[in-house]
Amino acid sequence: MDSLLILVPAALLLGLTALAAFLWALRNGQYDDPAGAAGRILFDDD
Amino acid sequence: MKGSTLIAPVLSAPANSVCAHCGETLRGASQTRFCCSGCASAYAIIGAAGLGSFYHRLEQSRAHRPEPIETDYAGHVRSRGRDECELDLLVDGLDCAACVWLIESLLARNQAIIKARVNLSTRRLALRWRGPASDANAHVGLVAALGFRPVPYDATAAAAGEDREVRALLRCVAVAGFAAANVMLLSVAIWSGHDGSMGDATRTLFHWLSAAIALPAVAYAGRPFFASAVSALKAGRTNMDVPISIGVTLACVVSLHEAWIGGRHAYFDSAITLLFFLLIGRTLDRRARGRARDAVRSLLALTKSSARVIDADGTIASRRTETLAPGDLLLVAAGERLAADGVVSEGRSALDAALVSGESLPQSVEPGTPVFAGMVNLGAPIRVRVTACGDRTLLAQIVRLVEAAEHGRSRFVALADRVARAYAPVVHITALLTFIGWTLLGDLAWDRALLIATSVLIITCPCALALAVPVVQVVASTRLLRSGVLLLSPTALERFAEIDYVVLDKTGTLTLGRPDLVGVVPAETLQRAAAIAANSRHPLARALVRAAGGAAPAAGVVEHAGRGLECGTARLGSAAFCDVEATAEDGYSELWFAEPGQSPVRFVFTDRLRPDAAATVSALRDFGLTIEVLSGDRATAVAQAARDCGVAQCQAEATPTGKVTRLADLEAEGRRVLMVGDGLNDAPALAAAHASISPSSAAEATQNAADAVFQGDALHALTETLVVARQAARLAGQNLILALLYNLCAVPLAIAGEVTPLIAAIAMSSSSLLVIGNALRLSPGRPRAPVT
Repeated sequence: MDSLLILVPAALLLGLTALAAFLWALRNGQYDDPAGAAGRILFDDD
Repeated sequence: MKGSTLIAPVLSAPANSVCAHCGETLRGASQTRFCCSGCASAYAIIGAAGLGSFYHRLEQSRAHRPEPIETDYAGHVRSRGRDECELDLLVDGLDCAACVWLIESLLARNQAIIKARVNLSTRRLALRWRGPASDANAHVGLVAALGFRPVPYDATAAAAGEDREVRALLRCVAVAGFAAANVMLLSVAIWSGHDGSMGDATRTLFHWLSAAIALPAVAYAGRPFFASAVSALKAGRTNMDVPISIGVTLACVVSLHEAWIGGRHAYFDSAITLLFFLLIGRTLDRRARGRARDAVRSLLALTKSSARVIDADGTIASRRTETLAPGDLLLVAAGERLAADGVVSEGRSALDAALVSGESLPQSVEPGTPVFAGMVNLGAPIRVRVTACGDRTLLAQIVRLVEAAEHGRSRFVALADRVARAYAPVVHITALLTFIGWTLLGDLAWDRALLIATSVLIITCPCALALAVPVVQVVASTRLLRSGVLLLSPTALERFAEIDYVVLDKTGTLTLGRPDLVGVVPAETLQRAAAIAANSRHPLARALVRAAGGAAPAAGVVEHAGRGLECGTARLGSAAFCDVEATAEDGYSELWFAEPGQSPVRFVFTDRLRPDAAATVSALRDFGLTIEVLSGDRATAVAQAARDCGVAQCQAEATPTGKVTRLADLEAEGRRVLMVGDGLNDAPALAAAHASISPSSAAEATQNAADAVFQGDALHALTETLVVARQAARLAGQNLILALLYNLCAVPLAIAGEVTPLIAAIAMSSSSLLVIGNALRLSPGRPRAPVT
């Protein structure tokens, strides 16, 4: 049972990290232009 | 390079002077059909692979690229802080990442420009620079010089609101998804521990953990449903969100009670998974709708323009059309669209009124003639005194008719809402009866009975039902979007499916809305006439040039507005102008060409049918639909067009009100009418019809009145829309029956108190997957015409 005390918080922490990352990406406008972002990676600007 | 080839007006340019592959104008050697050897080999490869229809499709998607309009961009600039300006543009012709790079890099070279960012998904360019607002024209001119067509795009408050709504929904989906996954993780442990391998204390701990995750998540992610349910109840109605809200809330409260007393079953996982599924459905729905609306807004932005006003001191200034006032004097150049109603005060010209009245022949005007917003000046520049603005314009009157007609249609209730109205009370009464039954007859404690009643609510909670219709609609509208059809109204699909009568407008709908030369004329005569015609913007003159395959404008041509062209001793124009006796009216438009020493030649023109008009009409008839042509044009022209595409029933010279009356008559006969039209005169009829669709070349007010807009020259979008709509209606019906069957099986179990959280989870997921899977059968096998 002791393992639960570590594993459950660990699982929650990982989930929360993913949630935070998604919300950050959404707020940051990462989903505003999916088509353009796919192409921009190919621009080799100096 | 890419950009300039993309926007090359392939169809309007003479067929033999552009590259057969890329559409680039050919220079130099005229015996080749290609601009370079690369294009020649690409053409050969495509031809050898049997994919020649590529070029046909390419032309279809380019056909309706409108020609450039003169715009004063400075009027649309927003000032930002100290000498910084901002401008949002919609860039037409933007198709790939290379275009993005080109525009951004070019603009970035100018030191004054702080930000130039292109959004490829929405084809928008956000521009910010240091300097006066008047710099806008220079900056935008640079983009235009690349061959793109930038138009001012004023992001409306409504658009921003929708954007925010979709974002908020996405956030809710993320939170619900996170919570659902973690609660389910704990629930699986609890379920597998029901055989006794898990102690009571551990189970209770897990229940409390689930509560700690699920309750805040439900409170956050459930808001869209709670808000909608509350507003429906306030208005004295119920909708699908009412049982959802009650079910989720009750499930949480009862589960909390279970956790408190250390009970075996808690429904936290059901509550949050339910929300997760429903949120996905809702997000998809809003997104598809937003995308269609966005596309239409882009189309409309392309038709907007500014007007040139002559001030009292004689200077000419560009002004946005919204700021015009009666008494303003407008300068309307050749090819320009009138921005307001008025009276011609100076100049003679011919005006194209096709969008306003459906009349396919230009109308000649002289000082004193009243003219209306939406007409296009074809001849010499004229000055127009604005007479009406606001409510008094013809446009406003038409808009009022549209609003009145739309009022009648708002009575239509979507299938899902109809079902929900009947379904919600039944669900609530069943749950209530279960509760009362168990407490009174089953002698159960109130909290046990409430637990069973809650399981009934969860099982009947219309997961499948709420997904059944939206998923079908999302799949259908995505498929239509790919065929170039944009749905503007959420209930449009259902109404399209019920159609049994089609009313078609003629000019611009059945036909292409532009005259084309018909009949055989000696090539040399045609060339000579075309050289003279190349000096005019009159549609007949342009048709002549188009038919001749392009011509260099002859020098020394004088245009007599409304009559014809004179070049030395040769004359091209009306019969009277060329001193020929007028021939009998035969439904054709004509031009006479008189040269000294030769007998005058008659060129006849007709507004050609869309390439697949006849095929579409017969396809529609195969669906069992009755077809009628209803037009504002002259009887002979209408009868001719109707005969050519095989429609027996036609009515000509119909006024906007006349069209509405005709539709009302049909409706009274019990017909479900589909109206297809593009003119402003069709707008009230479009709004009054059971369902309506208009081509994307239609006027702004017309597109707003229609349920759907289709792009391109081909009419087959019409058949595609009806096919998809009927299939969607069938699938939605099937889905509802599936959902109902599932309820019939599961509800008795729930009433009997046999549904544990595990069974609820399995039943819910499987029914949702079944419904989604069924809806996906509608996905396109092969995309048809490409969307620009």
